[in-house]
Amino acid sequence: MLLKTLSESSGVSGGEKEVRQFISHQVRPHVENVETDILGNLIVRKKGKKEGPVLMVASHMDEVGMMVAGFEKSGLIKFFKVGGIDDRVLLSKVVQIGPNKVPGVIGAKAIHLQKPEERKKSIKVEDLCIDIGAGSRDEAEKRVRLGDYITFSTRYEEIGDNCAKGKALDNRVGCAVLIEILKREGYPYSFYGVFTVQEEVGMRGAGTAAYRIKPDLALAVEGTTAADVVEVKEEGHVTTLGKGPALTIMDASVIAHRGMVSFLMKLAEEKGIPYQIRRFTGAGTDAGRIALTRQGIPSAVVSVPCRYIHNPAGILNLKDVEYTVKLVEEFVKNLPEGGFDNEGID
Amino acid sequence: MKELIKELSEAYGPSGREEAVRKIIQGKLKPLADNMEVDSLGNLIVHKKGPGKRIMLAAHMDELGLMVTFIDKNGFLRFSNVGGISPHVLLGERVVFNNGTAGTIGCEKIDSMKDLNFKKLYIDIGASQKKEAEDKVRIGDTAVYQRNCLDLGGRIISKALDDRVGCAVLIQVLQEIESPANDLFFVFTVQEEVGVRGARTSAYRIKPDYGLAVDVTRTGDTPESETMSVALGKGPTIKVKDTLIISHPRVKKLMVDAAEKAGIPYQLEVLERGGTDSGAIHLSRGGVPSGVMSIPCRYIHTPSEMVDYQDVIHGVGLLKNILETPLE
Repeated sequence: MLLKTLSESSGVSGGEKEVRQFISHQVRPHVENVETDILGNLIVRKKGKKEGPVLMVASHMDEVGMMVAGFEKSGLIKFFKVGGIDDRVLLSKVVQIGPNKVPGVIGAKAIHLQKPEERKKSIKVEDLCIDIGAGSRDEAEKRVRLGDYITFSTRYEEIGDNCAKGKALDNRVGCAVLIEILKREGYPYSFYGVFTVQEEVGMRGAGTAAYRIKPDLALAVEGTTAADVVEVKEEGHVTTLGKGPALTIMDASVIAHRGMVSFLMKLAEEKGIPYQIRRFTGAGTDAGRIALTRQGIPSAVVSVPCRYIHNPAGILNLKDVEYTVKLVEEFVKNLPEGGFDNEGID
Repeated sequence: MKELIKELSEAYGPSGREEAVRKIIQGKLKPLADNMEVDSLGNLIVHKKGPGKRIMLAAHMDELGLMVTFIDKNGFLRFSNVGGISPHVLLGERVVFNNGTAGTIGCEKIDSMKDLNFKKLYIDIGASQKKEAEDKVRIGDTAVYQRNCLDLGGRIISKALDDRVGCAVLIQVLQEIESPANDLFFVFTVQEEVGVRGARTSAYRIKPDYGLAVDVTRTGDTPESETMSVALGKGPTIKVKDTLIISHPRVKKLMVDAAEKAGIPYQLEVLERGGTDSGAIHLSRGGVPSGVMSIPCRYIHTPSEMVDYQDVIHGVGLLKNILETPLE
């Protein structure tokens, strides 16, 4: 249950250690070399039959979360957000704080005490506190330190029709896919798997890792928005659960390399792998940073559709995960010897 | 040179799909270049050897576009913008895809123009059902404004003068320049409109000693326009500052000196919002002294951008003068 452990691990941007250690342990027996760079990216080299175009497959380990910002006299904890979270989803959530996973609740006045106009407003993060059951500031400071990371305390479970729910599916599902790829064998060319840090705060790890590796091409594996939910018209769905991995043509950070995208589509069609085009041009991924590294690196993105990303719990379809693994595996196995250039693009 | 501007500005080339523009330029410059290559992002790098310093000249090939994100059951296409387009200029506009499929832009019922945004708009390519539309257009395909280039005599109207007119200036300079006093890299960049991306990677590759972007800039010479001290017909501009760059004083000075020595009219430009490829070039590696020469242009990012032909001719003259002076 790779995805369960990954999803339940704590790894807010900058604090990816727990996730990194688990991944490192998982992949080490199957790869040639594992190292951690200065920012904390886990860079893994997988041996192929020979050397060819240098491919970097990137998945970010970090998740959006919170950080301890201060203490009230009463022992309540002030906090701020790390990465993009909607203030409205914070209220009344169970969280865990720091390396010891101290449990707490994001508290608010009970409904009986609220004035009618208060009930209509969402509460801003500045006005929220985490209650860890401490009786005083001193008590709280014994258990939790300023700067400790905070994650939602959500259990991963398989539910419904081949689906799973959990936190941090963006992007632990990408990590799960990449681990699976690294465990498999039979690749023609050696390549790098990179588990990046700090994507949610500005794709920071991917840039330095790509600079270090100097790849000829790169593929980011992501968990992306699926908005096939109530109140969203079909044209706003972005991706749909159960329709296979999503390919990006363009987002706010990157225009995917045309040759790579065409190749991925053709490959999916040949191998009978369902896929969809991501129907949205907003948001960004590690590919945006990688593509502009050094002289420029042809880059593309393959994503697993996930509902309710950046929330305490998301839902994905396990079939989509399976097909994503298959598509990425076929991509690595069928990489053209000369890589991708810009001549002869349709 | 008007023919060149017409050919370039009418070509299809939204950000990320600059192939057609690149092909035209490759065809024209092949006999003149010492070396020509296309890098991994699609930038066209044309090397014209000379003694002295390495100078990178950049004009972007890409234009704005509309990318299809959804095709509904009746064959209407939903889209999002590639680059900075206002939804207001799209009402009633015609657009065309790379394969020649044309369409017009329609709008849902709205109560007020204030409610207008991209989500309310769609492209109608005349298909009556989804399948029929899908035979012509796929999700991820990008349309551009369907507009011809018009010669009004002294002035020219077209789509995509931003920055095909800059591409035309670079081509013309390369054709006319006799004895370059510097080692010249003419770079026709990609993806400027989505974040000066191509300039960034090509500057890294070239390692220039100086950078100079040739682009368009807005003007303040139309009725009740925003204040800006640039007008059509008063010559190319020498940029002082925009959102992405403060021009290097040495580059600015050598541009001003070149203009004055040759008696070419010029205007100094301070652009409050906007940036060009030089924004990326000057921050490459350890830093590159850079500047910008702009052609004044009205109605930027609309289907009908307007430049003054004399500004273009003077732009060519100014650039040639700069490049024929040995730089230190």
